[in-house]
Amino acid sequence: MTPFAEAQHFAGDPHWTWYILFYFFLAGLAGGCYFLATVMRYWGAPSDEPAARLGYYVALPAVAICPILLTLDLSHPLRFWHMLVNTTPDEFGLNFNSGAPMSVGVWALLLASVFALVSFVDALVRDGKLRHPLARRLTALLEGTAGKAWHVAGSVVFIFIAAYTGVLLAVSNQPIWSDTWVLGGLFLASGLSGSAALLMLLTARYRREAEASRGFLEIAERLFTMLELVLVAALVLTLIDDGTADDAFGMPWLLLWLVALAGTLPGLRGLVGDRLRVTPGGTVAVERVAAWAISPSLILIGVFALRAAVIFSAQA
Amino acid sequence: MATEIKPGEAYGFFTDTSVCIGCKACEVACKEWNQLPADDKGFLGESLDNTGELSGSTWRHVKFLDNVPDETMGEGNGKAFLLMSDVCKHCQHASCMDVCPTGAIIRTEFDTVFIQEDVCNGCRYCIAACPYDVIDIDKERDVARKCTLCYDRLQGGMEPACAKACPTDSIQFGPLDELRDRAKKRHDQLHAQGIKEANLYGHDDEVYGGLNAFFLLMDKPESYGLPNAANAVLPGRNNVPGYLGAFVTALLGLLGTVIALRERNRQRGEVPEAREEGQQ
Repeated sequence: MTPFAEAQHFAGDPHWTWYILFYFFLAGLAGGCYFLATVMRYWGAPSDEPAARLGYYVALPAVAICPILLTLDLSHPLRFWHMLVNTTPDEFGLNFNSGAPMSVGVWALLLASVFALVSFVDALVRDGKLRHPLARRLTALLEGTAGKAWHVAGSVVFIFIAAYTGVLLAVSNQPIWSDTWVLGGLFLASGLSGSAALLMLLTARYRREAEASRGFLEIAERLFTMLELVLVAALVLTLIDDGTADDAFGMPWLLLWLVALAGTLPGLRGLVGDRLRVTPGGTVAVERVAAWAISPSLILIGVFALRAAVIFSAQA
Repeated sequence: MATEIKPGEAYGFFTDTSVCIGCKACEVACKEWNQLPADDKGFLGESLDNTGELSGSTWRHVKFLDNVPDETMGEGNGKAFLLMSDVCKHCQHASCMDVCPTGAIIRTEFDTVFIQEDVCNGCRYCIAACPYDVIDIDKERDVARKCTLCYDRLQGGMEPACAKACPTDSIQFGPLDELRDRAKKRHDQLHAQGIKEANLYGHDDEVYGGLNAFFLLMDKPESYGLPNAANAVLPGRNNVPGYLGAFVTALLGLLGTVIALRERNRQRGEVPEAREEGQQ
């Protein structure tokens, strides 16, 4: 394709709508939360442990809902297992198509669910909320290097879960989706930003002992936002190059993009002005606490809107 | 003479749009043989078209292109009114097969592309991938469906229903090599008559490695809703750049968390306490 030559698209749209939108949203949050939890547990301070456990608590339900949404989206939901098992006569066996992100993603989801379940149980034991001998033995196994290796491996799988959804869209012949290489990275950056926001929100409301990690989460969210904005710019450029920018950013999708950009404002505000004031105890000033409920919600709405804009604009 | 159909040989369609009269006998024959329901689209108001597009229940669709600018026809040939009986192209490099996560889409012993209805679970990835808007969900069966090139008829030694019904031989069925020879002769014949706009689409490997259902067109491919050779690209082209972009983003995200931890620690003047990994 020569630069600025309009790409020709005649493909029909796959009618991927609300189930897929919520799936992409939850996959991004699950991936980001598990990754941030691992970073906080193994590279943060001991005071980050409560927030780390919160991350693992979020990852399991988020990733558990994903296959349900995917199954509901199938035209033939009872055949969901055909993603994993080849039922072609005389070719019975496991299905894996490395060239199809959907096939790779299904296996990654399965793997991520195992990582999430183990880390969830481990967090419950560490919080003293689960005392079953088997669970305690599991936690004992996850001490030291083995635990670190487990959670780092899990983080790699979860990062894949957050990112591959964008690659899945790109590996098609749809306008917008297939005209850019950016979507995988963009969904990942936005998922990380949303996960930091979600953990901030939950910390403020449900886990005050994790307050010490708010400073880290807020600074991380700002940096993820910066990454996201760079990738949005790259998306615009790649779509202009293929002549589909008008379809992606025209009305009514422009409104969704504006909401997505509004979601980056809290992070931008932090980057441009206001430096985080952290007390020696690791918490931030009291007057900022109220803002935490509003800003993370705005960020999360932005994460959702970004995916909606990408998904719906290509299928209009 | 009837074509002898042997498994292991490549078969396909050569559709010569220059002799299509838009009778839709192919559509009717296809629906009748494959027991496909009417689409009940009502009055479309688009020329003589009443099926609109290829779908899960319309596997042959006659396109009527009556808004073609005059200059697309050679001088003295009047105003163009292009007709084309569209169908699954049975691509050699099939985008639908590339992305199918269930293995439902296979290549048959006749070198055609076939969706196994009992394997498909309706994920619709093939719809997103097909560059020709051929595949769709059959709402009665809830699976992806498209032209099978009358797989059942081929197994019984019979040519596909549409080709059998076509009164002008616009749709010709046969072994691919034979069809390509016929197409080349027809193309050269039209050019010799001064009809320079006649061009073959999908007869060679320029488009998706070659199409088993290829066409003689009377205008450029995009006028018929067919991507030209430069745009006939496989979805898999975005695998490497897509994953690479995500990988670089992941590295930058990791760098972001490292910076955030250091900045947080710097601001609160605290060096992370020595701790045993994974300790409570």
